[in-house]
Amino acid sequence: MNLFTYEKASTPAAAIELSGKSSAPRYLGGGTNLVDLMRETVECPETLIDVTALADGIDQAGDGTLMIGGAVKNTALAADMRVRSAYPVLSRALLSGASAQIRNMATVAGNILQRTRCRYFYDNASHCNKREPGGGCDAIGGFNRYHAVLGASSSCVATHPSDMCVALVALNAVVHVEGPSGRRAIPLAELHRLPGDRADLETELRPRELITAVEIPQLSFGRRSTYRKVRDRASYAFALVSVAAALDIDDAGNIRDVRLALGGVAPRPWRASKAEAALRGQPATEQTFRAAAEAELSSAKALRDNGFKIELAKRTIVAVLNELKGEGA
Amino acid sequence: MQFTINGEPIDVTADIRTSVLDLLRNYAGLMGTKKGCDQGACGACTVLVDGERINSCLALAVQYQGRSITTVEGLAKNGDLHPLQNAFIEHDGFQCGYCTPGQLCSAIGMAAEISRGVPSAITPDLAAEQIALTETELRERMSGNLCRCGAYNGIVEAIAETYSGQTAAETKERARA
Repeated sequence: MNLFTYEKASTPAAAIELSGKSSAPRYLGGGTNLVDLMRETVECPETLIDVTALADGIDQAGDGTLMIGGAVKNTALAADMRVRSAYPVLSRALLSGASAQIRNMATVAGNILQRTRCRYFYDNASHCNKREPGGGCDAIGGFNRYHAVLGASSSCVATHPSDMCVALVALNAVVHVEGPSGRRAIPLAELHRLPGDRADLETELRPRELITAVEIPQLSFGRRSTYRKVRDRASYAFALVSVAAALDIDDAGNIRDVRLALGGVAPRPWRASKAEAALRGQPATEQTFRAAAEAELSSAKALRDNGFKIELAKRTIVAVLNELKGEGA
Repeated sequence: MQFTINGEPIDVTADIRTSVLDLLRNYAGLMGTKKGCDQGACGACTVLVDGERINSCLALAVQYQGRSITTVEGLAKNGDLHPLQNAFIEHDGFQCGYCTPGQLCSAIGMAAEISRGVPSAITPDLAAEQIALTETELRERMSGNLCRCGAYNGIVEAIAETYSGQTAAETKERARA
């Protein structure tokens, strides 16, 4: 680990000001990913600015909108009774991630900005366009069972590892940021970039911008939602495929509205817009679910080891929608 | 940097890169907490900070200044082992013992989470305020602690005997002990 200096910020403005005094600043949340990457010298910040003392509350507005502080711990968000009852998909996604110890440390903002767990990214002896733009990608011809089948490029096939973000993107979450030129809000679905030929540029955040909060607009059928994660062991493993879904069925048995997102298959939390379009207005039947899954995965591309993810994703979508259909309103 | 470790104040001058794990082992002389993977994958380094379980290997000590840390050395009181420690002995909850300090601290943290009504990924009804510590709940909640000897059955029995079937108040009492 390289030497660094440590500062603790008491306000977002102070954090942003501190970041301007360093040539390589990094905001520090729970450290569960950043400290690990620093130990591997994949991340070498000159200054760590601890932002865990900033917004760590969850507020609900009159219209039902939830505002979640960036420093809220993963455990606290998952355990919040408003989240558990209104958005089971979010609680289950959070609780499916990492271990209890890590969830007690990790923050919401840090979860969003965590880096891929691609082994070639972690291994400084491998070629990686994310670590060194133009350096090449050893995952494409290597062991790529865990890699992306959607949204990847010829420069990078890494996946975004978060579970929480898959649920949040299904819930139309909006990320609030503050930076040297003020505040702005970015839909989570637009925060993470696809790699293209610049795998090192992972988000739309500008230098020194800090995630201060995540907003979840009210969703009436959020109660009928869930998250399913398929992985190599029953707990404490990253997703091979995961599905976040919320379903609204009318009295005639037709799909009035639906939210669907995938994890473990793409460089960003993947909103399944094609599947949603194929579902809306259609009868809530297994045939409809399967056709929607086929539509979403129609552009999927398999690497040497991860072709199974395409069929697995389709089947998991169908299984989750069937489960929600059976739950009743 | 100042901390309270097992109830005792400590003031150390340490390299800024020091983890809580290395603080305990190299600066506080407490070798009970173990370094397994040093990357948050095994749970051997689990300690309690203000009663919450964390992986001390991923925690920068500088970030935990002023906090109260409890390690396996702080579980016994006045020479009497914590009930969970006795249960681990009774049920052969270990072979080599390397993961045991982390298992013990993790289980105590878990009991506190259960008493606060924190759900798990497999909790059937997320809206339930009280959650029973069934065996499947217990195994899911302890998945962050690996045991390379495979002493899981004994570990589960020891934790279940200590914490299952108790009222929330009792669980809370033991978690605080």
